[in-house]
Amino acid sequence: MKSVRLDHVSKMFGTAKGVEHVAIDVKPGEFFTFLGPSGCGKTTTLRMIAGFYYPTKGKIFFDNRDVTTLQPNKRNIGMVFQNYALFPHMTVFENIAFGLEVRKLSKSVIKEKVERAQKLVYLDKYGTRKINELSGGQQQRVALARALVIEPDILLLDEPLSNLDAKLREETRLEIKRLQVELGVTTIYVTHDQTEAMTMSDRIMVMKEGVVQQIGTPQEIYNRPANHFVASFIGESNMLEGEVMEISGSTVKVKVDSDLQVEGVLDTAINKIKVEVGKSVKLSIRPEAIFEGQGPNQLHGTIQLVEFTGVSINYLVQVGSATLKVMIINKGNQILKRGDSISLYVPEKGVYFINE
Amino acid sequence: MNTDQAAPLKESWWARLTQSKYFIYILISPLFLVLLAYVIYPFYQTFIQSVVGSEGAGIGNYKRFFSLESTANLEALWTSIYISVISVITCAIVGVTMAFLIERYEFPGRKILSILVLVPMALPPLVGVLSFTFLYGESGIIPRALQALFHLDSVPFSLKGITGVIVVHTFTMYTYFYLTASAAIKGLDPSLEEAATSLGSGRIRIWVKVILPMLTPAMVASALLVFMIAMASYTAPLMFGVERTMTMQIYLSRTNGNLDMAATQSTILSIVSIAFLIMMRWYQGRRNFQNQSKGISVHRTELRTPFMKYLSMLLSFIGVIILMLPILVLVLISFSVDGEWTIQIIPSAYTFDHYIALFTDERTWRPIWNSLQMSFVATIGNILFGVAAAYAMIRTRFKGKALLDILIMIPWALPGTVVAVNLIAAFSEPSVFSFNQVLIGTFWILPLAYFVRHLPLIFRSTSAALMQMDQSVEEAARSLGANWWYTFRRVVVPMAFSGILAGTLLAMVQGLGEFVASILIYSTSTMPLSVAIFQKMYAFQFGTACAYGVLQILLIIFVLFISQKLTNGKAGAVI
Ligand SMILES: Nc1ncnc2c1ncn2[C@@H]1O[C@H](COP(=O)(O)OP(=O)(O)OP(=O)(O)O)[C@@H](O)[C@H]1O
Ligand SMILES: [Mg+2]
Repeated sequence: MKSVRLDHVSKMFGTAKGVEHVAIDVKPGEFFTFLGPSGCGKTTTLRMIAGFYYPTKGKIFFDNRDVTTLQPNKRNIGMVFQNYALFPHMTVFENIAFGLEVRKLSKSVIKEKVERAQKLVYLDKYGTRKINELSGGQQQRVALARALVIEPDILLLDEPLSNLDAKLREETRLEIKRLQVELGVTTIYVTHDQTEAMTMSDRIMVMKEGVVQQIGTPQEIYNRPANHFVASFIGESNMLEGEVMEISGSTVKVKVDSDLQVEGVLDTAINKIKVEVGKSVKLSIRPEAIFEGQGPNQLHGTIQLVEFTGVSINYLVQVGSATLKVMIINKGNQILKRGDSISLYVPEKGVYFINE
Repeated sequence: MNTDQAAPLKESWWARLTQSKYFIYILISPLFLVLLAYVIYPFYQTFIQSVVGSEGAGIGNYKRFFSLESTANLEALWTSIYISVISVITCAIVGVTMAFLIERYEFPGRKILSILVLVPMALPPLVGVLSFTFLYGESGIIPRALQALFHLDSVPFSLKGITGVIVVHTFTMYTYFYLTASAAIKGLDPSLEEAATSLGSGRIRIWVKVILPMLTPAMVASALLVFMIAMASYTAPLMFGVERTMTMQIYLSRTNGNLDMAATQSTILSIVSIAFLIMMRWYQGRRNFQNQSKGISVHRTELRTPFMKYLSMLLSFIGVIILMLPILVLVLISFSVDGEWTIQIIPSAYTFDHYIALFTDERTWRPIWNSLQMSFVATIGNILFGVAAAYAMIRTRFKGKALLDILIMIPWALPGTVVAVNLIAAFSEPSVFSFNQVLIGTFWILPLAYFVRHLPLIFRSTSAALMQMDQSVEEAARSLGANWWYTFRRVVVPMAFSGILAGTLLAMVQGLGEFVASILIYSTSTMPLSVAIFQKMYAFQFGTACAYGVLQILLIIFVLFISQKLTNGKAGAVI
């Protein structure tokens, strides 16, 4: 278990930008996730930690040791690749044993450790199988066992679930989390799937085009997105822009248009944002923060589209010039039709002011 | 967990060197050095000899080459081009027709024909020409048989001169067209044809408008290849006595002692060959005839009328005979008693002695042993160079990659005759690259020639294997703590093994059969197998010559079989 610290790390590919000024501090035993759309630099950052790229600027520390230009084979990391990268000419046993053989352990110790690792990922009966005789999920577990058996200081996973089908993905997700908690290994996980990130992580770093957008716990990221991008990338969100009409204490009243005015609470301690009467401001309202009925921030609109998912009823509602996504939990309520009018309200906590 | 890693990282000069982005150039410099020493430098020496010459510097030799007063050289250039163009045409007709028949029609005998169609690839050039002269030459079996059958005064036909050369070229080189054409036809989506038919196109229209345009890329690539190989052809003109070809002129200039002219001719022929190589690489970069729709197997048209069935049966029977005859005749003659076969249609007396002698008689065993040794040495060199170059090419980034690629492919494009002339020019005198030794006349010159000629084989088969191998597998090994060398040994080499082995076997048999360069630079103490065959032939020891030939063919068939197995039928990619 080691901590990982990136000290303002940047990576350029020639003149093309990979990532810029990434500064993170992963605590020992923490499950830390890099989340972002394709091409945002997640893999690049991970590969710098693994030692396959050297940073153009900045330094990387494991605990207090500078490993910026240390070779990958000297870092004692375990890495799981997107395509598993198993050795096709070796059996399951030989694959898992590879890292131990490199460490020149005795035959009997290797056998014992590999068998324990196989048991850990439920592959005890598969030792003599060739890699191409395994299913996708089994291959994934071999890759995991191979990375874990060397007792790495840090476990790195690059989209390990993206080649699995939906059902298997969920199972394996739980499996990885279980192993991580049991072994307590510092883990850095790369994904573009927000569900994976939210369910597994202690903390998440959201990236976009090589720049860090926000670092925080899943709750912080979801409930208090730092900006437009984070708000729309994680979960669904209604993004509105309006003019500040009134500020009384921490309550800010915003007019989006004549039919749509909302009041929200601005906690300047956690949300460093400047509001002035007469200036414009951006705010985000999650679909599930909008309720049907009478209450604060009362709105009236017309239903444009109805979607029934089972768990919820999703409406697209025209309110003035804006179209709001609304999610009503299905408790057997009556489902409205297109063209019906609907009364909605938004509790003040449901309105969140955001930066650009 | 490793506690020794707690030590702070030392920024030694070595660490700084290995992490520098210029370090890769130190690693690949040996590759460039080898190419410089054994490809560029010999080539340069030949060029220098052609312009400096014995009678003062200048382009006198080139003027003489192109002079209209003594036109031997121009005629040779013209004949070479003429033969090559005709060869391309005949090979294209035979190869594409065969490909279409075999891929598109179902007829009795199709299976056997589809296997035997590749037989010509198993014939080393010298052995192939040899069997053709036995079969169709002036005192060949077929012409004499026809003469006897129809009681003619003289043989009705015989292969000789330029016609002979073209026939042999067609027989040995149509496979290049066949392979690319059948791959392209397999890749053709039958639904395209069906779509055209459903739109009301007639058969001919479909051919002209749909099928031929789609085959064009494959045809152009094969045409360039066959042209290049035909230009380089030496054995066929030698055996059929066509002296006015470029390769023969080089050979004659050398044997007449006119070294400057040989150098000039070599340079000109090299330029033609390299131009074709570059054209081919350029074209390959653009071509794209991959199958767009997956999983569709070509369905073959069945022949319906009985007449067509019998006709096709007869034709495939003739095809099988023609394809098998060269090998059968070699086997037959290899059992004949030397000197007994004079005016009979086929040899009259038979013996097993030649085969026994191959392995028991010191004099006949010697060339086999020489060739084995020399080919082995060359192949070791090819493995080291080929694997390293392929790895550098596929796995690392550096400026000058395209140059390395072309430099490696050049020896493959250069005619064997030219390679030999270049090596003579470079290593008749001591040089740095030969460790201050004269190589000509020693054991080492032939392995060097084989090394240069077969440089691309292992390089290409290994590159193909590496290209299919995901780089993250190497990274996985590194992340597990393996250093570069351990990763290379335990992961890269085993995974690329089938590719390396396929190339190695090919280089080995090609070395065993090499004739074109050998004949110019061998020394009597290390006479190789192919030169021995040639000499036995001229000493009328046909039996021994053919026994040698059969031995070679067996080796090649064995190797082709193994590499077919290793590469799952993709051995064609190696050639
Ligand atoms: N070796 C390279 N050479 C040049 N550019 C690169 C290289 N590797 C990555 N990049 C660029 O750096 C940026 C970040 O790439 P990276 O692979 O880190 O994205 P990612 O977040 O992992 O995306 P994905 O989810 O698609 O894997 C991209 O714009 C990419 O084009
Ligand atoms: Mg990635």
